[in-house]
This record gives sequence, structure tokens and C-alpha cells, in this order.
Amino acid sequence: MADTRSDDRQLGSLPKALTGIDGLDEITQGGFPQGRPTLICGSAGCGKTLLSMEFLVHGAMRYDEPGIFFAFEESSEELKENVRSLGFDLDKLEAEGKLLVDHIHVEPSEIEETGEYDLEGLFIRLGYMIDSIGAKRVVLDTLETLFGGLQNEAILRAELRRLFRWLKDKGVTAVITAERGDGTLTRQGLEEYVSDCVILLDHRVVDQTSTRRLRIVKYRGTSHGTNEYPFLIDEDGFSVLPVTSLGLSHKVYNDRVSTGVSRLDTMLSGGIYRGSSVLISGTAGSGKSSLSAHFAKATCERGERCLYMSFEEAPAQIKRNMKSIGLDLQPWEDQGLLKFIATRPTFHGLEMHLTEIHKLVKRFQPTTVIIDPISNFIAAGNVREAQAMLLRLVDFLKAQGITAVFVNLTTGQVDQEATDMGISSLIDTWILLRDIELGGERNRGMYVLKSRGTAHSNQIREFVIDETGIDLLDVYVGPAGVLTGSMRTQQEAREAAEKRARQLEADARKRALDRKRAALEAQILALQAAFDAEEAEAAQVRDEFAEGERILQASRDDMAVNRRMDEDHQR
Amino acid sequence: MSDAFSSAAPDDTMAGDPNEHFQLRLYVAGQTPKSVRAYENLKKICEEHLAGRYTIELIDLLKNPQLAKGDEIVAIPTLVRQLPHPIRKIIGDLSNTDRTLVGLQIKVN
Repeated sequence: MADTRSDDRQLGSLPKALTGIDGLDEITQGGFPQGRPTLICGSAGCGKTLLSMEFLVHGAMRYDEPGIFFAFEESSEELKENVRSLGFDLDKLEAEGKLLVDHIHVEPSEIEETGEYDLEGLFIRLGYMIDSIGAKRVVLDTLETLFGGLQNEAILRAELRRLFRWLKDKGVTAVITAERGDGTLTRQGLEEYVSDCVILLDHRVVDQTSTRRLRIVKYRGTSHGTNEYPFLIDEDGFSVLPVTSLGLSHKVYNDRVSTGVSRLDTMLSGGIYRGSSVLISGTAGSGKSSLSAHFAKATCERGERCLYMSFEEAPAQIKRNMKSIGLDLQPWEDQGLLKFIATRPTFHGLEMHLTEIHKLVKRFQPTTVIIDPISNFIAAGNVREAQAMLLRLVDFLKAQGITAVFVNLTTGQVDQEATDMGISSLIDTWILLRDIELGGERNRGMYVLKSRGTAHSNQIREFVIDETGIDLLDVYVGPAGVLTGSMRTQQEAREAAEKRARQLEADARKRALDRKRAALEAQILALQAAFDAEEAEAAQVRDEFAEGERILQASRDDMAVNRRMDEDHQR
Repeated sequence: MSDAFSSAAPDDTMAGDPNEHFQLRLYVAGQTPKSVRAYENLKKICEEHLAGRYTIELIDLLKNPQLAKGDEIVAIPTLVRQLPHPIRKIIGDLSNTDRTLVGLQIKVN
């Protein structure tokens, strides 16, 4: 239903020219307005030229729309050189007649103005070039250079207004770039003339880490994303990361996968759901990485691929450390099932990290992604940005059906149940590792804080790491509280002794009871015998009495016979 | 096509190298009032100051749009001083004679 409706809207809305840039077509819902000018503004070095060049190159290569790049700032050679690093061969496209680069050079030092003029020369030049290859897309890369070259601003403004109308009449999809001014979108107020679509690029440096952002300021006649979207420029060119386009409509899985620790699987009634997100949080040294390495092992044992993003340790170090607990990850890496990626969080901005993860996931196709740890992302941005980034990451991995394991380092004992990243609500299964400090010892405890859709155990388990890996033990819960480690062992020994003592006592009591029972039974027997004897006696007395009675009766009858009593009065 | 013509008059009223030849190109786009005015102003100035040692080449970009690129023409009308070097450009209808002379680097006594 929803799909059909959006399709209808697509048809009803104005025609658009796909930019072919990842993410941008998504947030503009189909690209730039076809046959109309689009203004791209932003400060120096924020990627205006590159964005517009990609728009042309994709148009020429993918959508069969030839384009012309009118460069007012850079020479054609410089421009070609610059985009060659992104894999765009403009010379080849020029030879095929799909793309032309024209450098329009306005040198103020050699120009004198006297009297009235217009920019018909520019129009003729653009028109000639457009007609020569039948261009559908045109880029005017920084038109504002004209303001530096020509002095009569009134003429210039009138002519620019005419230019935009002329471009519309020509039916070309035009992209005009402009420098950002103080408090205005463009230094020369070009946004007044281009009213169809205005895109703002921004390049901010916060705490020495730069982040690029894109925002659609205006897009007449169409709905569009209004947020600021981070974007990236890397060896693959321009890509915009839409935040909100990913909905909550990802596929859910019903099968469970192992965590790599069998006792933990039992606690989670059989493991975690495939494609769900797991958060392992805990203080330093509570065994978070070891647990995530078990996840990795379990994934590889199923013959699936696992991507391990490490932001703290070098892969070699992780492997060495895991080997010490009996977990050899090297064979899995050799088989190509496990891939370690280690970078410093501060190496580049959050968006770069996110895109890097996107790309790796698309290339490597893992079923499990481990991010160890996420807490370090704060170092690469601020808390809110890190949150937003993780939100997108969780969404992205869920959409791909990838089981995600996030490791979060918490500090202090107080705040253990609040992640500083504020992503707990996005997480399906939250495993908390905590140190239990008792009797001069620090032991590891673990419990499942939450697990959506799972009847999980509510027990704290002692989390033991030895040379054979992770094991979970029942903790001692008794009158003395929760005991772990040697105190648990001690308590268990004490309890065993107590139990033995109790056993002995019980045995003794049982024996005494047995004796008593025997005595009572003997007594019962004696009484019974006495009773039996008395009863026999009583029976005899009764018999004797009955005999006596009988004899008496008999003698009475005899007497009656003797007195000749009537037969009738006999009774 | 371009209308190229030259005019010569034995009149030396200006400074600089009196024998320097001025090769000028005027770019126009059709017979617009501005273009016509520019041509008339240019003729007048040349006759006055460069009599006998100038050439004016009139280029109509409506007829030859491909020629716009060569001299980096943006505005119309544009007067280009091809010779003597360096290249100078004057845009506008040349209604201000003094500025035109400055632009052409013609020194007037």
C-alpha cells in the first residue's frame, strides 16, 4: 500500500535527474529538479566542485545525459587532474562526446569597463557548448567569480537573473555552485535567483576532527529530507549518509545463534536471535573483549564471516591475548572467515568510520560485526554525534540482518546500568560484566540485564576466564550475601563441613530413634501378649458361665416335668 | 563573417610609440543598440587618436559562437586589443572615452 502511494506521488511530482550519488538521491527523492537550476553553496573546500562533477559524470556514464562543466575557477587540466584520483577519466568521456569541460577565464586585471554591457557573450558560449553535444546537464562552478571580474554589479545581477531563466528555457538541469557568505547562504545572494533547489554543504571542525554535512535548504515542489546529513568524500567519491531513511522495518529472524559460551546460551534460553544487537558493557578488565572474541569464534565455527572492528588494540595483540585463554583466532582469519580492522577512533570523523563500516560490511558480507569498543567514538566526536552515529550503525546492521556486538567500557560502579552512549534502548540483549570486590579480591560477575523476546536468566553468574576460555559458575548466594572467587570456595568448604556435621548428627539421632522404636515395639509386643492372655481368660469365664446357665435351665425343665406343668404354660 | 577593415590617416597627435599598430577586435552579438554604439564610439576614438595605424575586426558571436572561447568573451560588447601586447579587454559600449583610452593604454597629451 505504502509503496504504491509513494510511487504515485513520485509520478505526480516534478521530474528529477538522478545524481547517482549514494544517499543523495534518497534524500532528494530522486535527484535534482530536471530542467531547472540547483544551487549548491558552501564554504571553500567543502566539496561543491566534486559534488557537481559527480553529478555530471554519473549523468554521462549511467543515465545517458551528456553534460558540460563550465569552470570559472580551475582550468580544465587542473580539474581533470583533481577528479582523476576518484577514478573519473574525463578525457575519455570528452572523446566520447559525453562530457565537456570548459574553462571560462575572467581576468579582472586585463579588463576595463566603460559604459553599458551585458553577458550575452557568456550566454552564447554556454549555448554553443550545450548545443554541440546536446547536453542535458550543466554545471557552472562558481559563477560568483564573475563578481570579481566585473565591476558593474547591477548589470551582473540582472544578467544572472536572465541566465537562470535562460537555463530553464534551455531545459538543462543546471547546477550552480556558490561560496557561502557571512550569515547568508551565498556571498552574492545567488539563492535569490535560484529558487528551485538549494543545497548547503558544510564542513565543521569540532575538536580537531572534521565532519562534512549536507542539508537541503529548499526544494520547491517536492518533499525532501530536512535534516543535516553527514557526507563523505573518499576514494569512491561523494556519499551522503541518510539517517532517517532507514525505518524500523527490518526483517526479523527467529533462529538463535550461539554466543560462544554455552552456559551463557543457556542463560539466554538458547543464544541470541540472529540479526539482533548485543551490548556488552563493563568496567576495565571485566572481560568484555574476551567475551566478544567468543562471539567471533562461535560465528566462525558456524562457517559464517565475522568482522571485528577494533578501536583499541592491534589485531595481533588481540590474537595473542585470546590465545592465552585458549582461543586461537588465527585459523579463522586464515580461512577468511574472520577479519580484523583496527583503526584509531580519532583517525577520522564519525561519518568516515560509519561509511567505512558500511563499505566493509558490503564487501565482506559478515553475519556478525563486533565493535570494540563503542565508547571510544566519543573521542572522535561529541556524545550526541556519537549517539546519532551508533543509532545509524545499529539500524544499518539490523537492516542487513547482521548480528551486532557492541562493547562498551563503563567507568565507575555507579552508572553501570546507563550507557554513556545512550544506546541501551536500541539494544536487544544487554550483557553486563561487573567486578565484584569482596574480601580483598576482584572477581568478575556477569548477568543478562535484558534480552528482548527471551526468557533469560535473572541470575548473576561468576565469570571465570582461564586458559581454556570463559566459564560461568553459579555464584554463592546465601545469608552472607553474594560471594565469588576464593570467598565462594571458602564458603563452599565451610558449608561442606557444616553439612557433614549435620549429617553425622542426623545419623546419630536416627540411630537413637531406631533404638527407641525397637524398645517400644518390644513393649507393644509384651502388652499385646498380656492382653491376649487376659482375653483368653475372659473367654473361658464366659464359656463356663454359659455352661452353668445351660445346666441350670436343664434342671429347671426337669423340675417342671416333675411338677407336671401344662404343655401350654411352658413358655 | 568578420568584417575586417582598416583605415589610415597621417595624423600623429598621440604619445607612445607613434608607429605602433593597434590590432583591435570588437565582439558583438547581433545589431543591438549597445553594439552599434560601441562600434561608433570605437571608430571615433580610433580616428581621433590612432588614425592610420589601427585595424578593427568586428566579430558577431551570433554568427560565430565558437569564437567566444578564444578571447574568453563573457560580456558583450567587448573590445580586445590584440596588438600591441599585452592583451587588454574593454567591456561596455565605450561611451566613456577617457576610460577607453586608459583601457587601450593610449596616452594622450
